[in-house]
Amino acid sequence: MNREDFPLLAEGVYLDSGATTQKPYQVIERIDRFYRNENANVHRGVYELSAKATAAYEDARETVARFINGNSDEVIFTRGTTESINLAAFSFAEPLMKEGDEILITHMEHHANIVPWQLLCERTGARLKVIPVDREGNLDRKALRGMMTEKTKLLSLTHISNVLGTVNPVKEIIAEAHDRGIPVLIDGAQAVGRTPVDVKDLDADFYAFSGHKMYGPTGIGVLYGKKKRLERMRPYQSGGDMILRVTFEKTTWNEIPHRFEAGTPNIAGTIGLAEAVRYLEGTGMKKVEAYEEELMDYALARLEKIDGLEIIGSPAKRSGALTFTLGDAHPHDIAHELAMKNIAVRAGHHCAQPLMNYYNVPAATRLSLGLYNNKQDIDFLAEALPEIREKFKL
Amino acid sequence: MKDQELYQEMILDHYRNPRNCCSMENPTHCAEGDNPLCGDHLEVFLKVDGKIIQEINFQGSGCAVSQASASMMTENLKGRTVEEALEVFDKVHVMLTGYHPDEEEGDKSLGKLEALSGVAQFPMRIKCASLAWHTLKSALKEEAEPATTE
Ligand SMILES: Cc1ncc(COP(=O)(O)O)c(C=O)c1O
Repeated sequence: MNREDFPLLAEGVYLDSGATTQKPYQVIERIDRFYRNENANVHRGVYELSAKATAAYEDARETVARFINGNSDEVIFTRGTTESINLAAFSFAEPLMKEGDEILITHMEHHANIVPWQLLCERTGARLKVIPVDREGNLDRKALRGMMTEKTKLLSLTHISNVLGTVNPVKEIIAEAHDRGIPVLIDGAQAVGRTPVDVKDLDADFYAFSGHKMYGPTGIGVLYGKKKRLERMRPYQSGGDMILRVTFEKTTWNEIPHRFEAGTPNIAGTIGLAEAVRYLEGTGMKKVEAYEEELMDYALARLEKIDGLEIIGSPAKRSGALTFTLGDAHPHDIAHELAMKNIAVRAGHHCAQPLMNYYNVPAATRLSLGLYNNKQDIDFLAEALPEIREKFKL
Repeated sequence: MKDQELYQEMILDHYRNPRNCCSMENPTHCAEGDNPLCGDHLEVFLKVDGKIIQEINFQGSGCAVSQASASMMTENLKGRTVEEALEVFDKVHVMLTGYHPDEEEGDKSLGKLEALSGVAQFPMRIKCASLAWHTLKSALKEEAEPATTE
């Protein structure tokens, strides 16, 4: 749908939206307009231009908050999901941890939701525990229940897997964790822009996502945090903007969420992100979700028929991503041949090496969808694959 | 998009029938190489006698380009001196990162290895082709000592 809104799609078949989405001209033009007509620093000048930029920046916060049903003072702007998770690790989790405490993640996490916790464990003596995933690619809920103990200080898991496409039942999982008093962080990088996200309904303590995976610009992302959590958290980076008052003896932190946004922010990126939100609201997230679901069913049906093609996992609920192997052909060779036909897919380990090791594939090929894809894109891909399999047969 | 065929017949042949593709007992030199981006993994083993590379094997997993490059490398270097091997390394490196054999006169010493020259046009594949060579270099840099089984 809305294909004509995306200028770069004229270049070929783009099936790598899980890495980053293309941008609609509404977003591109909004950023252009900001630099042409509204550019100034925020929260500083008294002149009109600065007031305008500050208003646009804070309005963007409200727009993003509305989109995920949070309050605007619960929306922290970051560089992306990775920084959001690092922020939560440093400012929220680290002060809570004692030696022997535990952090739970799952076997299907992106490196961005593994490495910050490993480093945190090194610093604090806490332990990282990994919730298993079954062969279908569903989380082992029973194991999870057993692993939540009084030692567990945090559960951090992905909403949608960037490799398997698994949609985790995060609302139920959060409720179970809360029953045991465990706060939960959700990595929503693959979810926002694919499915309606309501942080209040989910009751997530933290929810992290990236602008560039939801039709917005790179370099901007969000950490949503419940107000009662944010208020008790220590600052992340320090400098200008995150303080109320500075003397050489003492500094008073600014209010939330500004306490967590040191320095001049990514103003244009934030405004571009808000435009992407308006774009998605205009289309309707329910509609986007239903459209992509139908397309994914079509892709599954078409690819399943290809000889030698094996889809990794068959989760109970799938969204966005489909990862496969194809006979003897190495994913790099597959992606290369597809690129020669102007079809963009991703090859490699998808920043999820532990998951790939579990399935015993060092690398695989992934197609991932955006709202602009159509059945013809899938057809082009499906028609190209058998020949590639032949070419690289051993 | 470039329409040049990366997978020359020579490359596909070495990919399908890799030469010297097995482990080695008591190598004098060996090293492992990884290409973290794509998960390619390679081991190179050598038996160097005096200065001559008497035997050279490789083993590992990866795309057609990385496997073929490794196979062609072993074929090319067997019987050469270590010094010559390092010269070939330098020439291959230049070729992969942008030298086009048909644009320069003279130096045709790479022979069959020139089948790999197409890689230069695909920046994302240069690492695939150079993995074996970098692994070779790190093996040769090591002192001649019994290989560990690490
Ligand atoms: C599930 C998941 N988490 C985290 C990230 C990291 O996002 P970013 O690189 O935008 O910080 C990604 C990006 O691929 C992802 O797919």
